[in-house]
Amino acid sequence: MDLALGDPTKAGNPAGARALAIDARGLVKRFDGTLAVDGVDIAVEEGAIYGILGPNGAGKTTTLRMLLGIIDPDQGVRRVFGHDRPHEIARLIGYLPEERGLYPAMKAIEAIAFMGALRGLPLAEGRKRGLELLEQHDLAHAAQRQIRQLSKGMAQTVQLLGTLVHHPRLVVLDEPFSGLDAINQGKLEAMIRRLAQQGTTVIFSTHVIHHAERLCESVAIIAGGKVPYAGSVEAARDRIPAQVRLETRAREGAWLAALPPDARREGDLFMFSLPDTGVEPLLRQLIEGDAGILSLSIERAGLHDAFVHIAGEAAARALAEDASGEAK
Amino acid sequence: MSEAMSASSTPDSRLPLASAAWVVARRDFLAVLFSRAFLFFLLGPLFPVIVGALAGGISGQVQREATSSEIALAMDGADNAAMIAAGETLRPQLGWMLPHLTPLPQAGGAGFDARAFLEQKRGNYAAIAEGSLAHPELVGTSEQVERWQGTIGLIAATAAGTSPHTFPPVRTELVATSASAERSNRIRTAQAAQMLLFLLTMLLAGMVLSNLVEEKANKIIEILAAAIPMDAVFMGKLVAMLGVSFVGLAVWGGLGLAFWSLAGDAVVLRTGFDPAALPAPAVGWPWFLALGVLYFAMAYLLLGSLFLTIGAMAATVREVQTLSMPVTMMQLMVFFIAAYTITQPGTVLELLAIAFPLSSPFAMMARAALQDALWPHALALIWQGLAVLLIVRGGSRLFRTRVMKSGKGGRGQPRRRWFRRALPG
Repeated sequence: MDLALGDPTKAGNPAGARALAIDARGLVKRFDGTLAVDGVDIAVEEGAIYGILGPNGAGKTTTLRMLLGIIDPDQGVRRVFGHDRPHEIARLIGYLPEERGLYPAMKAIEAIAFMGALRGLPLAEGRKRGLELLEQHDLAHAAQRQIRQLSKGMAQTVQLLGTLVHHPRLVVLDEPFSGLDAINQGKLEAMIRRLAQQGTTVIFSTHVIHHAERLCESVAIIAGGKVPYAGSVEAARDRIPAQVRLETRAREGAWLAALPPDARREGDLFMFSLPDTGVEPLLRQLIEGDAGILSLSIERAGLHDAFVHIAGEAAARALAEDASGEAK
Repeated sequence: MSEAMSASSTPDSRLPLASAAWVVARRDFLAVLFSRAFLFFLLGPLFPVIVGALAGGISGQVQREATSSEIALAMDGADNAAMIAAGETLRPQLGWMLPHLTPLPQAGGAGFDARAFLEQKRGNYAAIAEGSLAHPELVGTSEQVERWQGTIGLIAATAAGTSPHTFPPVRTELVATSASAERSNRIRTAQAAQMLLFLLTMLLAGMVLSNLVEEKANKIIEILAAAIPMDAVFMGKLVAMLGVSFVGLAVWGGLGLAFWSLAGDAVVLRTGFDPAALPAPAVGWPWFLALGVLYFAMAYLLLGSLFLTIGAMAATVREVQTLSMPVTMMQLMVFFIAAYTITQPGTVLELLAIAFPLSSPFAMMARAALQDALWPHALALIWQGLAVLLIVRGGSRLFRTRVMKSGKGGRGQPRRRWFRRALPG
């Protein structure tokens, strides 16, 4: 997928501290007395790919809507590119809602141009850009076809192109991978990476951890309307000590006392967290104790483990159920 | 590609309200105009006309067959002939008051029993006249006897020569109008204008609702809400639908004029209805027509904005349909109140009908027919426009606060406010 969107000279991914595209603090939203979002803090640097990770009903969409100014928070403040009222800078933002929608009788090219026109792009320019985007996505043949005549994947691509046609500096995608097949998911991931390379800030919500793990520098984990973690993916993974997998020839011996207290046996393997002192002192004791080391590996925690650790088993289970339901 | 795209970057701020409304209005207007729904919308008024004509024709035929005005004659042959001749003599002056007279063939025998004949439900006669010219007898049901006995007596007297064959001509002189006639005529004009305004509004305002339903069904609304103010979405939809309704009115009006130019004379001759003879409204026809267009627009915008507000309150298409029913009923009530106040100018009720936004266009339309002052119309139009803006603003706020909810999550429990209030302490 050869995509060129936005102005690549605009921001890029400069090293060092970057300005914040989104800075939200203490966002609270209630619907009819039900607390949907409870004190969410999110900070997204310009040019970053940021994921909001959580099961369905966790408050992701409500959070995104507050960030965009579609709804106002009951408490808290949010700034988008320094503006208190994000709705006022709608031309800088592209938004793909969770519930995809296009006018069925509209032609694909007109749908893209219309979405651009809503963000201030003249219709003629929108049609021109729309055709270029469709060509880049091998959909030029569909330009004059009505939306109702397109496949679901094609229609979703058309809507995504409509989200990007006005060259937004911030792209907000609510569950963008939902409903896409594996090939189109791959294309979308590539598109998101390319947008970020060109300096566009991308924030997306998902309940599929792998997408966030592959794409995001930073994530917010959201569960039950709260954000128990917001920060870099690396830092989230570092919250769980690395796991050591040890296989020995000997089954018993004095060396067993050298293993950390949390060590557990799983078949021929011992599993335990990497000690604070590192692995070297342990190795020495195992060798001196004649444990007969067959293999020893240190595995860093994945984002899924971090999610379970941070959000809890129940949220992780809900996330997994959502993802498997999606796959079906 | 990147260069071409980055060369025309746009300013940061969102579209101004009017521009945003224009984007929505343009899309909606073209989409509706080139849809099959619009064709059906144009054909819509034809169906009641066709059904009405068919029903009228059928019921007329049934009526004619059911209520016969034929009197059977069961006198002797000479009297029968004299009765028929007398009837023809009187017909030029008494016309429709006279029954058709037909000799009854079965009455030739001496033992003919008129009562038995009718009770056996033979023939389709209103009554049977027997006896002689000097002593005619009428046999029939009480209604028919009551209806025809005077007429049969007059015909018999004419046939016997005891009544004048002709009546003295009455000289007539017509005046153009009188105070009483002008007022009652203008009331008729006011009623007709109100009715037309109401029918058009109800017919066309429903389109706004179906448009919003479509928007919800297509799930476009969030894209619109994220990009432009909801006020602009509502205003755009209203303007688009008003434009569509004007196109509809132009098509209907054009077809009506074409039909009238071809068959107007025949219609006047057949029905006796001549629009040229309609009583002139107090403000004069040009102003009246101009105000009619303006009040139609206002009535349409008011009802349309209310429908949009309902759409904003409803989360599902079914809710939209359910909630629209009370508004339709309310509009009907409002119309009846406005119609009632036609005969009560200057009363508190009329002023209330003028002040209440939904009834205001109807009440003011009637006023234009009855009173010649123009300045109240300027005030009323400003007030109605303001009411449209207020309803649109309220509807868009409701939309943002009520509809844009999602998810079943959240850890809090719904507050049981009612129970809290009910519980002491």
